[in-house]
Amino acid sequence: MLRITDLHASASGKEILKGITLTVNAGEVHAIMGPNGSGKSTLAQVIAGHPGYEVTSGSITYEGKDLLDMDAEERAQQGVFLAFQYPVEIPGVTNAYFLRAAYNEIRKSRGEEELDPIEFLDVMEEKLKLVEMDASMMQRSVNAGFSGGEKKRNEILQMAVLAPKLAVLDETDSGLDIDALRIVAEGVNKLKRPDSATIVVTHYQRLLNHIIPDRVHVLAAGRIVRSGGKELAHELEAKGYDWLTEPVGA
Amino acid sequence: MTTHFTDQFRAFSSNGGGEGPAWLPALRKAAFDRFHAIGFPTTRDEDWHFTSVTPIAERTFKAAKPSATVLTLSEIKPYLVDESWHRLVFVNGRFEPTLSNFAGLPAEVHVSTLSEALKAESEWVQKHLGALAAFDRAAFTALNTAFVQDGVVIRVPKGVQVEEPLHLLHLTDALAAGTAVHPRLLVVAEALSQLTLVESYTGIGTPSYFVNAVAEVTLGSGARVDHYKVQRESPEAFHVGTVQVSQGRDAAYHSFSFAAGAQLSRTNVYTKLVGAGGEARLNGLYILDGTQHADHQTFVEHLAESCASRELYKGILDGASHGVFNGKVYVDPIAQKTDGKQTNKALLLSDKARVDTKPQLEIFADDVKCTHGATIGKLDDQALFYLKSRGIGSDNARALLTYAFAAQVLETIEIDPLRLLLERAIFARFTSLELE
Repeated sequence: MLRITDLHASASGKEILKGITLTVNAGEVHAIMGPNGSGKSTLAQVIAGHPGYEVTSGSITYEGKDLLDMDAEERAQQGVFLAFQYPVEIPGVTNAYFLRAAYNEIRKSRGEEELDPIEFLDVMEEKLKLVEMDASMMQRSVNAGFSGGEKKRNEILQMAVLAPKLAVLDETDSGLDIDALRIVAEGVNKLKRPDSATIVVTHYQRLLNHIIPDRVHVLAAGRIVRSGGKELAHELEAKGYDWLTEPVGA
Repeated sequence: MTTHFTDQFRAFSSNGGGEGPAWLPALRKAAFDRFHAIGFPTTRDEDWHFTSVTPIAERTFKAAKPSATVLTLSEIKPYLVDESWHRLVFVNGRFEPTLSNFAGLPAEVHVSTLSEALKAESEWVQKHLGALAAFDRAAFTALNTAFVQDGVVIRVPKGVQVEEPLHLLHLTDALAAGTAVHPRLLVVAEALSQLTLVESYTGIGTPSYFVNAVAEVTLGSGARVDHYKVQRESPEAFHVGTVQVSQGRDAAYHSFSFAAGAQLSRTNVYTKLVGAGGEARLNGLYILDGTQHADHQTFVEHLAESCASRELYKGILDGASHGVFNGKVYVDPIAQKTDGKQTNKALLLSDKARVDTKPQLEIFADDVKCTHGATIGKLDDQALFYLKSRGIGSDNARALLTYAFAAQVLETIEIDPLRLLLERAIFARFTSLELE
C-alpha cells in the first residue's frame, strides 16, 4: 500500500529525514518510535503533504501512485489521513459543518453523491458512539475550547467519518489520561479493516499496549535504526532509546 | 471646497430650512458657520490621518429633492431583515409612512420622525438635539446639524422594555444620485428601559451619493440599548456616520457596526461612561474589496468608576482596499476599577490591501485594567493544512477560514435574524459552499 524509498526531507534548509525506507501493507499496523527530534512527526507530516517540508530526494508510492505528486487535499481524497499531534482550532466553523464538508469533498472526488445535513446526521450518530462523544460536540466550533482529550477524540472521530485507507496517528497518545487513551485506542482498533493500514507515531510504548503493532521501527536522527516485531516496543520501554541511538563502538 | 454647500445652505435656509421652531434656524446657522470656518478635515488632522475626504469635499452634492417614491413594499422586502420588526423606512432621505410600520410598539414608547417631533414637542427636542453631538470641532457633525431636517426621535420611558427590534431602514436608489442626505437620530432610553435598534443603510444599484448621519443616544441608569448598524451602501457611495453615546449608572450600551458598502466610509462610535458600573461593548466587522476605503473610529471615555468596555473590530480586506481602525480609550483620574479591553484584527487577502491601525490609550487612574491588541495577517498556514488534510480543496479551505474569521465577531450579534442574514451573506461572498 505504501512504499517509502530512501526519503530525504528538510524544513527551512535543515535536513530532518535522511534516507527513510519503509513498506506498509494493507491490514498492517506499524509503529514508528524514537526520541524527540528523531524526525517521527516530520515523517507523518511529509506523508500527509505538509507544505512546510521539502522532499529533497527519494520517493513515496501509495497504491502504486506517486504520493509526492499530490497536494494534501488530493492525498486525503485518495484515503490518506493524518491525526494531528496538535489539532487546529477553527472558531466560527462548527464541527458538524467541517466534518460534512470534508466528508462530501471526499465523496465528490470519488464520484459519489453528497449528503445533506439530515443524511449526514445519521452517519454521525454511530461514529460519535465509537469515540464516546456527545452529539452536542457537533455544534461547537472545531476544536475551539476543547480539552486535550476532546481534541484527540475529535481527530479519531474525523478518521471514523472519513474512513481512510492509510491512517497516520501522530503522537495521538500525548496528553491523554488513561480513559481517553483507551477510548482513542479502541476507536482506532474498531476502524481497522483488512484493506486499511495504520502508522502509529509515538514516543512511548503505552499506546502500543492497546493498539498492537505488527512492526515497530525506531527512528533516530532521521534514519530507521532498528525494525522488529511488537516485542521491540517492550524492549524500548525497558531499556530506553540510548542503546540504539549511540554510535556503534562508543 | 465648502462653497457649494454655502449656496446650498442659503437655498435651504430660505426654503425648508426656514421651517420649524424658532430656535432651529439659529442652531442650523451656528452649525453651518462652524462648518464653514473649520472646513473638511484633512490628513493633517490626527483623527483623519489615514483617511482623505477629498473625494467628498471636491464633489458637488445636490440637496436631496423630495420626490414621490417609486419603491413598493414588495421591492423593499429583501432589505427588511425581519418583517415582524417595528420599522421606519426612509427612501432617499425621505420618510415613507406607507412602507413603515411601528404601530405595534408599546404605547408608552414615543417614536416619530424628527420633523413631527419638532412640531409636537419642540422643547424636548431642543434640549436633546446636539446635546451629545458637539460640532465645534467635527465638520461632518456641523454639516449634518446645518442641514438637519428629518430623522428619527425615540424616547423609551423609564422601565419600559421594547421586545422586538426597531429597524431604521435607509434606502437610497438611483433617483438620489448626486445628492447628500443628513439623517439625524435622537434616542433617549430612560432609566431601566431596554431597546434594540437596527440602523441599516442600503444602496439599491450603484448610484453615487453622500450619506452623513449623526446619532445621539442617551442611556439613563440601568438602561440597555443594543445598537446595530449595517452599512451596505452602493459601491459608489460615500458614508460618514457618527454615533455619540452617554451612559448613566449601570447602563449597558452594545454597539455592532457592519460595513461592506460605499467607496469611502467613516464610522465613528463615541461613548461616554458617565455613571459608575456602566458597560460599553463596541464590536464591528468590515469587509472590503476593490478600491474601497473604510475607517472606523471608536472613543470610549471612562468618566466614572467600575465601568467596563469591550471592543472587538475585525476587517477582511481584498483587492487594493484600505482599512483604518483607530480605537481611543480615555480613563479619567476618577475612573478607578476601569476594566477595558480592545482588540482589532485584520485579515489581508491580497498583497495590495492595506490596514492602518492605531490604538490610543490615555489612562489617568492607577487602579485599572486596560489592554489592547492588534493583529494584521494572512490566513494561518497550519489551519489551511488542517483543512486540506481532510480533503477540503485549497480554495474552499481559504474560504472557510475567511468566513471563520468573520464568524467570530458575528457571534456577538444577539438578534438571530440579523446574525443569520450576515452569516449567510458573508458565507456566500467567500465560499461556493452552502451554509445550513
